[in-house]
Amino acid sequence: MAARTYEDVLGAAAQADERVVVMTAENRVAVRSLPRTLGPRFIDVGIAEQTMVGAAAGLALRGRRPVVHALATFLTMRAFEFIRTDVGIAGLPVKLVGGVPGFLSDGNGPTHQALEDVALMRGIPGMQVFSPADGEDLVAGLPSILASDAPCYIRYNALPAAAPHAPFAPGRAETIAPGADVAVFVHGFLLREVMRALPILASEGIAARVLNMRMLAPVDEEAICRAADETSLLVTVEDHFQTGGLATIVAEVLQKAGKTARLLPIALEGRWFTPGLLDDVLAHEGFTGPQIARRISTMFRHTN
Amino acid sequence: MTDTHQEELRDLALRVREHIIRMATDGGCFIGASLSCADLLVYLYSDVLDVSPSKLGDPGRDYLFLSKGHDVPALYGTLAELGFIGRERLTHHLKTDDAVYWHPNRKIPGVEFHSGSLGHLLAVGIGVALDIRMRGGANRVFVVLGDGELNEGSVWEALLVARSQGLDNLVAVIDRNGFQANLATEDLNPLEPLERKFEAFGWSVTRADGHDFAALERAFAVPARAGAPRAIIADTVRGKGLPSIEARADRWFVNFSHEEVAMLLDELHGERKAALVSETLMVR
Repeated sequence: MAARTYEDVLGAAAQADERVVVMTAENRVAVRSLPRTLGPRFIDVGIAEQTMVGAAAGLALRGRRPVVHALATFLTMRAFEFIRTDVGIAGLPVKLVGGVPGFLSDGNGPTHQALEDVALMRGIPGMQVFSPADGEDLVAGLPSILASDAPCYIRYNALPAAAPHAPFAPGRAETIAPGADVAVFVHGFLLREVMRALPILASEGIAARVLNMRMLAPVDEEAICRAADETSLLVTVEDHFQTGGLATIVAEVLQKAGKTARLLPIALEGRWFTPGLLDDVLAHEGFTGPQIARRISTMFRHTN
Repeated sequence: MTDTHQEELRDLALRVREHIIRMATDGGCFIGASLSCADLLVYLYSDVLDVSPSKLGDPGRDYLFLSKGHDVPALYGTLAELGFIGRERLTHHLKTDDAVYWHPNRKIPGVEFHSGSLGHLLAVGIGVALDIRMRGGANRVFVVLGDGELNEGSVWEALLVARSQGLDNLVAVIDRNGFQANLATEDLNPLEPLERKFEAFGWSVTRADGHDFAALERAFAVPARAGAPRAIIADTVRGKGLPSIEARADRWFVNFSHEEVAMLLDELHGERKAALVSETLMVR
């Protein structure tokens, strides 16, 4: 039997729960079959992200649970104030699904590069942020996210599985590897590259703990604090600007807990990335498994 | 409309205007826009909307969204006069022990959604209208927009979407008072010919004097074209009811002294014109 896709799970959830309404700003990649199966509960507003988010708030006021789709940049930035003001202030259960976030916009160029989306969304009080590692992780978390009464931003990613996944628990990180020398926090598809870095680090005698930070809000503070206590170097890996994303989140958690740790942020430092095909972009920007391993290894030896 | 009913509406609107004037001190309020839409709100709540204090939780009620938001003293006054909230609550205007502030919020019974950022509630109204239609409801959604608010691109985006979704249960009511914050609308981004703009977007449009209850009744009685949302353009006067501040760009937001408020209440009741000193605050 073929693996269940995002569309399968969303479609099934909508069949089972008449509150679910699927909306799109003419971006149907992830929901192509749903107009046929959902009828009037599938709403395509055209290229109108602001109206889509405002209308989603209106539907939610009437008890619906809208799941809205657009490219991550246009959803979180063009419609930001609608998300913040209509969904955020009211705390309505609207699920915001942003397509091709981060490096996944590959050849599109900076207009399409959502590298501040996590910072923007987690800056809204009450907004949850789910950044799955791959399609399996996305499908594992989706039912729980849909069942929650909170608004949530989903950094859509349906790539093949980077690792076998544990069942989803809201607000909890997933431990992919248990090492105690360094702890690598990663969200989104870069888990795949971290998995490639893992054997390289092991061959150098470095045991890396790998944590898939499925949810960035609320974040698993306990996992972060435990890693700070039990390892000698913390590393964050993300296709996001260094400001406002996972690196910032880890630093904030440590500050709040009164802990100190060495932190190596691997992120985009205040610049957009050079567009191209995904694997070429990763190599060009220094985000392949071997490149990540080299940076971690260098910092680890410098630290110890 | 009978003369008696017109008289009732005029009396109600007068009491709403008294509330507005009393809120224009100790911090002040957006008095000009509040006075321009007072008759509209009084007419809608009295004669058009199927909503009442006992019907607020009923999904079959009509919805009114105040999109421009800063005219909320007119809504507070209307809700107080019609029993949605106690009149004494308006004495808490701008007090931190209550939620009666410069823009609407849902802590006030009768306020369906918060606003203040222009160009949002037509989109929110679309969502509510879509759900009503999905459930086969006969109730309607009214969205009151300012004319200055029509500068916002999101309004025009929503006009397109409402038409493409065929929302004939949605009514946009434009408070066409001719001014935006500091200027006459036609001196900044001219809106006329406004009916033709809405018509070009596929809406059914009616234009009427927003201070003439009988004219409003005729405008709202025009049947909706199947599949077309409706726009009622209500021509109004900023500051209506107070000749000393009517149709002036410099009486948008004012924080009057208690003496000025007393003079304005006299002026509202047809006594001598108030001698005003306070000017609009340049908050924008």
